Amino acid sequence: MSVAYSRVDPKRRAHIDPKKRQFAKAEFAQQHYDHRLNFYEIPPTAEITLEEFETWAINRLKVLSELESCSFRNRSPDETAEYMKPILAKYLPLQPNSTSSQQLQEERKKDHYSHFILRLAFSSIEDLRRRFSRLETMLFKLRYRDDDPRERRAFVQSLKLDWEEVGEAEKRELKEQLLAAAGLKKVPTAEEMEWFKVDWERVPDLVEQRRVFVKRGVAYVPQREQMSLVLAEFTKRLDAALELTSRALPRLDEDDRLSPILAHLSQSFTTPEASYSESSSLNGLSALTAASIDSLQPSFPLCMSHLHSTLRRDSHLKHFGRLQYTLFLKGIGLSLEECILFWRRSFKLITDDKFAKEYRYNIRHAYGDVGGDANRRGRGYTPYSCQKLLTEPLPGPGQAHGCPYRTFAPDNLIAVLQREGVTDRETLKSVREDVGKQRFHVACNRVFEWSHRREIKKVREAGTWSAADLDTIVHPNTYFKRSWLLRHLGEGNAGVVQHQEGERMEE
Amino acid sequence: MPHSISPESTPIDDPAPTTSQIDTASHARSHADVHSQDQDVAMGEADNADAEQSKVKLEELFDDEDSDEEFPSSAPQVKSEDEEEEEAPTTPINISSKTSFSDPEIMRAFYQRLFPFRYLFQWLNHSPNPSDGVDFKHREFAFTLPNDAYLRYQSFPTADLLRRQCIQLLPSRFEIGPVYSTNPRDRKTLRKASAFRPVSKELVFDIDMTDYDDIRTCCTGANICHKCWAFITMAIKVVDVALRDDFGFKHILWVYSGRRGAHAWVCDKRAREMDDAKRRAVAGYLELLKGGDQSGKKVNVRRPLHPHLDRSLNILKEHFQTSILLDQDPWAGEKCAHLLQLLPDPSLKAALQRKWDSAPSRPSASKWADIDAVAKSGALSKTSKDLLEAKQDIVLEYTYPRLDAEVSKKLNHLLKSPFVVHPGTGRVCVPIDTRKVEEFDPLEVPTVTQLLSEIDEWEGGDEDDRKVADWEKTSLKPYVDYFRGFVSGLLKEGGAKRNRDEVDSMEF
Ligand SMILES: [Zn+2]
Repeated sequence: MSVAYSRVDPKRRAHIDPKKRQFAKAEFAQQHYDHRLNFYEIPPTAEITLEEFETWAINRLKVLSELESCSFRNRSPDETAEYMKPILAKYLPLQPNSTSSQQLQEERKKDHYSHFILRLAFSSIEDLRRRFSRLETMLFKLRYRDDDPRERRAFVQSLKLDWEEVGEAEKRELKEQLLAAAGLKKVPTAEEMEWFKVDWERVPDLVEQRRVFVKRGVAYVPQREQMSLVLAEFTKRLDAALELTSRALPRLDEDDRLSPILAHLSQSFTTPEASYSESSSLNGLSALTAASIDSLQPSFPLCMSHLHSTLRRDSHLKHFGRLQYTLFLKGIGLSLEECILFWRRSFKLITDDKFAKEYRYNIRHAYGDVGGDANRRGRGYTPYSCQKLLTEPLPGPGQAHGCPYRTFAPDNLIAVLQREGVTDRETLKSVREDVGKQRFHVACNRVFEWSHRREIKKVREAGTWSAADLDTIVHPNTYFKRSWLLRHLGEGNAGVVQHQEGERMEE
Repeated sequence: MPHSISPESTPIDDPAPTTSQIDTASHARSHADVHSQDQDVAMGEADNADAEQSKVKLEELFDDEDSDEEFPSSAPQVKSEDEEEEEAPTTPINISSKTSFSDPEIMRAFYQRLFPFRYLFQWLNHSPNPSDGVDFKHREFAFTLPNDAYLRYQSFPTADLLRRQCIQLLPSRFEIGPVYSTNPRDRKTLRKASAFRPVSKELVFDIDMTDYDDIRTCCTGANICHKCWAFITMAIKVVDVALRDDFGFKHILWVYSGRRGAHAWVCDKRAREMDDAKRRAVAGYLELLKGGDQSGKKVNVRRPLHPHLDRSLNILKEHFQTSILLDQDPWAGEKCAHLLQLLPDPSLKAALQRKWDSAPSRPSASKWADIDAVAKSGALSKTSKDLLEAKQDIVLEYTYPRLDAEVSKKLNHLLKSPFVVHPGTGRVCVPIDTRKVEEFDPLEVPTVTQLLSEIDEWEGGDEDDRKVADWEKTSLKPYVDYFRGFVSGLLKEGGAKRNRDEVDSMEF
């Protein structure tokens, strides 16, 4: 099956920019991408398969959520670039013209299409539009920064932005002010001696920080600040386009093949979704037994650690807690037999008979040992992801399931974290802010990074783990696995995670 | 402290303009919050204790000026056709030096006979004709009533209706907010809340002496004198030239805030249409001093200095010698500790400390000169460039404008109208002519009581049947004339119409 993006709404294309009508004859044809960077002004016109439609969008979504987590965590531009490098290479590579790679056009096509698919998915809700626009601008900025200077210049020229270059005579006349405003002390290079003139309103940030010379309402923007201008233009045009898309959106309902995909995409944007494949077992962790769970607790994320502690304290867990915890244990590689044994020993206050009648079946069901064909074939339920935990109803009295970053009152959360050994005041303060802003998974990742800071430093320095191996955790089992591996570095496990096959965006 | 009053945050509903409806306990109570916030923003008033104190002192000043107990009373002879005077009373107002500025009869006479409503209307409407546009019609006015209730979202189709309401309610002052997308009085009837939003307003600035209290030695609290008014003069000079030369604004109205500060209204169309991000940009561009009382060094700028700062420093350098070193003597005695704190060089500091310890009464000007002298004599371990830059930073810390930037950053912020009476001093908030900014004397600004008695004292002939407006009979005349000139300049510019911005904004 194939989808013509352009068929989604032929009218809308005409609205995007009347000046672009000359491209109309290119409809339904493959586009050629001259530049690595893209302002996404021309909607895609060729057909793609439904599978490409979804996979490409999910890959871009992964990139955007990682970018978002960088901004939530106040990573510097350089740190962000470093962190995103492997993620971009994996999910959304874009190579410069100089590589003359066969993949070049294909990569750019994927970039182009995935952008427009997400535009469709997120344009209906204002909040998502704003988030999308912010993250797309971040992504554009990231790529702009590391673009080949010559290719970048060619791209900027192709935008035909309304900038006036400062001529030599004016440069001579204003030299002192221009250099002072640019903060240049030494003899400037040829590139540093280039300026653009624009109305100051187009570069309010540069004006606010006094990084441009301003004269009678005109800002003299140094070449190196060009990025602010381009970014402002990118955001401005994208916002306008999103606004238009949102108004044209009702037409989309007619295509019922796309609606569920788009709905799912926008939901995934609300909370990142990931699944965890049980097949990826851990070397050195093969002999998991009911008795060894206690010793693994230090590697548990707070949601599971809390369930474990509650179980130990009460010798009991209520239904949803049992389910959440059982699936997690299944995910870390505990066999059905050992799992049943684990629960049997943990429920100290009940008889064997009661256990067999009321609890054993549910555990087997979760493992896919009983139940309908579908359940057995699927080997039971999948371990819950952070998205699942963050979107299910809040626990009631006496229940301990869910994500503590979401369900605990901030003061209680901080107290629990302190008991778990998180003593760093900065981290706790940031966690408090994160949960205040409902960025629960960010808080959890923050705690992970602090708790494993020494190990992370080690693998970073040794270069044994790539940055993709340290991307944002969105699944409790990933948390466990990564933590366990980091805590057992000296035991021949350093190379185990090359691929982290277990985590992938849900398909 | 939140400085802006957004439409959502007001606790006061929009009562019909009758005092009986407003005068309820709940209104008065809920007003207190808004009002107290608003005071430091729009009026720059001291806290209440300060205000009480200063009142006494300032009133004594008036006593000196108006020592006559009795005033000859003469009713205006000519009945005017001017809308401003059609309701002018025929009976004289009896004013003694004991009469309070907020006396209802004083305020009524002021609004009836003196307040230049017509020019205010033209200023805000950008046209003399009420049927032109909505700039006046959709403009928010907010009244502070004698019972301290605060009435927001008032709007008026014409100057005369604004005047009538002033005469009826006798507000102790009123403020001007933005032009809204619809008539502010209709905002409740709109189906979509988003249909009511601020569209344009002058770019405004507020400079208040409070922000200088840590370096002002001549007066405290609400009091001012000629020495400390120099701070405001310096600020006006620096901000005004930046707004004109850098941003290209032409229509900038500076207004005395009635006590110890000044407001600026940038009225160019391009300024009026700026969104919050752009307002923030201009405010940030002009802002320099960072940090509160405890933050130590407040100026930390990179070198080379940005052209705006370089120009400002050149303007301020001269004032520094007189207005700061001589008039304020900021480092007398023990206070030299702060100066030492601002110097970068430990060995220089130690040498200066020794010198000043042995001469405790050394004036600031000498201490300032000592820095270079001691440095030259070999006590400098860093480069002379470091010292020069540190000294420049000190000059800026003591002279550079201290803006209440929050006031400037929001399109929907309200600011006290020009020409209203300051309730604490009785002085009229008159415009300041920047061409003669050094000559402006806040202590010479007429009070409302003085003006009203000037009307009564007026003996000019009604030559050629020309009717003389009451304000023309008083010392308010030069200020109204200046304002009238300013407004006519603005209206002329508006006639050119259709600037680039307008065309741009139509594409979206
Ligand atoms: Zn003083």
